[in-house]
Amino acid sequence: MDPTTTSRRTFLKVAVGVPLTGAALAACGSSGPTQAGAGGGGGNAGSAGSGTATYWFLSGPPGEAIRQASVNRFNQANPNTKIKATTFQNDAYKAKIKTAIGAGQAPTIIWGWGGGGLKSYVQANQVEDLTSWFAQNPDVKNRLFPSSFGAATVDGKIYAMPAETVQPIVLYYNKKVFDKVGVEPPKTYADILDLVPKFNAQKIAPFSLGGQSRWTNMMWLEFFLMRLGGNKLFDRVMTEKGAWADPDAQKGLQMTQDLVKANGFVKGFSSITADSNADQALLYTGKAAMMLHGSWSYGIQVANGGSFVPSGGLGWMNFPPIDGGKGDPGDTVGNPGQYLSISAKASDEQKNIAKNFFKTQVLSDAENKQWIDTGQVPIVKGTEAELNASKDKDFLNFVYGIASNAKFFGQSWDQAASPTAAETLLDNISKLFQLSISPQQFADNMNKVIGQ
Amino acid sequence: MTALAPPAAARATAQSTRTGGRSGSVAWMALPALLIFFAFAVVPLAGVLFLSFTRWDGIGAIHAAGFQSWRSVLTNPGTLHALWVTFLITALSWAFQTPMSLLLGTFLAGHQRYRGVLAVFFFIPLLLSSAALAITYKALLDPNFGLGTGLGVSFLSQDWLGKGPLAVGVLVFVVSWQYIPFHSLLYQAGVRQIPVSLYEAAQIDGAGRLRQFFSITLPQLKYTFITSSTLMIVGSLTFFDIIFVLTAGGPADATRTLALDMYITGFQGNQMGPASAIAMILVLVGLVVAVLLQRLGGRDRSASQLEGM
Repeated sequence: MDPTTTSRRTFLKVAVGVPLTGAALAACGSSGPTQAGAGGGGGNAGSAGSGTATYWFLSGPPGEAIRQASVNRFNQANPNTKIKATTFQNDAYKAKIKTAIGAGQAPTIIWGWGGGGLKSYVQANQVEDLTSWFAQNPDVKNRLFPSSFGAATVDGKIYAMPAETVQPIVLYYNKKVFDKVGVEPPKTYADILDLVPKFNAQKIAPFSLGGQSRWTNMMWLEFFLMRLGGNKLFDRVMTEKGAWADPDAQKGLQMTQDLVKANGFVKGFSSITADSNADQALLYTGKAAMMLHGSWSYGIQVANGGSFVPSGGLGWMNFPPIDGGKGDPGDTVGNPGQYLSISAKASDEQKNIAKNFFKTQVLSDAENKQWIDTGQVPIVKGTEAELNASKDKDFLNFVYGIASNAKFFGQSWDQAASPTAAETLLDNISKLFQLSISPQQFADNMNKVIGQ
Repeated sequence: MTALAPPAAARATAQSTRTGGRSGSVAWMALPALLIFFAFAVVPLAGVLFLSFTRWDGIGAIHAAGFQSWRSVLTNPGTLHALWVTFLITALSWAFQTPMSLLLGTFLAGHQRYRGVLAVFFFIPLLLSSAALAITYKALLDPNFGLGTGLGVSFLSQDWLGKGPLAVGVLVFVVSWQYIPFHSLLYQAGVRQIPVSLYEAAQIDGAGRLRQFFSITLPQLKYTFITSSTLMIVGSLTFFDIIFVLTAGGPADATRTLALDMYITGFQGNQMGPASAIAMILVLVGLVVAVLLQRLGGRDRSASQLEGM
């Protein structure tokens, strides 16, 4: 272990207590689990027999209970080794996990979204390379959707176990509102533009949007660029300097602002957060006619919407094609999975516990059933029978169909990009939706961070 | 608040050496406070200063980067905008809170009927945590499910937090709602310190209530005013929790103050170097403002307001 790393860590432990922001403090906390061998010198801290690995993940229904259940099953099946779980709320987790990894206090199993965030851990040598482990355990690898490995791979090596569910972004609509206004669901983007004034005339918002969360706005831009310029453009704008000046990208940015100006989004969208599910409440209470949201929203609407979903009120479709666009209408974007990495600072024993957990409990049949029960599709092949047996089989088959048929399943830009580029992107997207910058200014601002 | 601590601590040592002669030096009594202050304010401050000359993503190795962070922060129009928003919110909340607290405090210092009961209600906001308060207000102000919809009053269904200037106004209101009770308490204590004989003399001279307020109460509250203003202004500079929960700096960057800018740059954007530079700017601004406010009170802190009494 080189001395500079150690001094940085020591320094960090002190510096991290900067009392300037409460949140910074909250993010660092005091309860970081201590790990045998964390930052240790040459000798391996082989505390034989103790066998406790740690695992941090997101709180909140429905995922928390399912993740916890898998941990419990593992602990029951392996009485000598324990996994200790700690849960965090979404935004708090994002800040906490970064700080913990930077301070050498990471949990053994790091829950994440893959992509750019994972890459920053890899560049700092903080996560274990799992390529050879997957080679030794082809059964584990081959049962998962191949598309889920893209966001787990950095420079050709696999650094995370894909887990949980596939989450494409879906265009939801309220069938009851469509019947009331007497209109048909859109087949192209031109239909959407025709629908906007019709809903506004009835004092129903055409689209619900939790704009304060920013990534919600981003989904619109992602589909515009994907449908207009195809999946090449979708990737290029986050990797290639100057790609936002592409005519299709500029057109997508302009279409976003046109939709805002046409009152396409619900009044006050820029102060609505997606975390509070208020955007989804607008759809199932009939105050908004349509909504672009992740497939996880289905379960939330079932849970919170009363009779709305069971009575057939909810409709869904893939984002419609745009006339003259180069993109394949079957392509989609979203989260190809969630990702579990192993901290490079964990002891060998802890790493083995984690690998055993990946092999035996992650996406086990029992866990898959729980995901399906909440209206989500686990990233495992051959679950058609289980999906068809579910009360939500229509929606589940739709998601399974998108995930297995899409020629291109893009990872959300904010997850795929480096955290620095993602922050700039989200900041500029919120300004784009406020009409405070033009498409050209957007491109200029993004050029400063892309490709660095 | 951090910025206020150094002069106070330094003064404490200076005074104790001067006046502690009677029973030996008591300077050591300041030691625990000094140690804690050093460990939790000076050391991290030095750390932040060091980080501002580096490039670090919070995870990997720290690289020296010279003035790169400072250059990027100082040339970024976002920093200037954040500074402006910070000053705007500070000035507005000071201008709103001071008269309200002064009037409430003076009222509470009197002996009116029901005063005790009313005081309990006035102080309730002081008991609530900022985050809980912000979440509550966010729910009340929701443009579609908030107070306006609940009561059926369309005026209340504004896009309170979704339009730039309106969002700033709402923030100032919520912040004031929370902190006015505290400053009322300060003014109440200040008013109670004023000798009754002053008022009795004024009454004999035929001064009415208003005249008494402007000629006796206000001038006598000079130091309370300075204390309260310092707390308000330096506190406002570092406001974070309420803004973060209510608007997260939005819409766009309309309420993105320096403190918020620092957090977003550092912890969401993974750029600890520029975030540290912003933090240093915040410290400097806070120090300068605090010192200026102390100057405002005149240099001779022992000057009496009660000469001839």
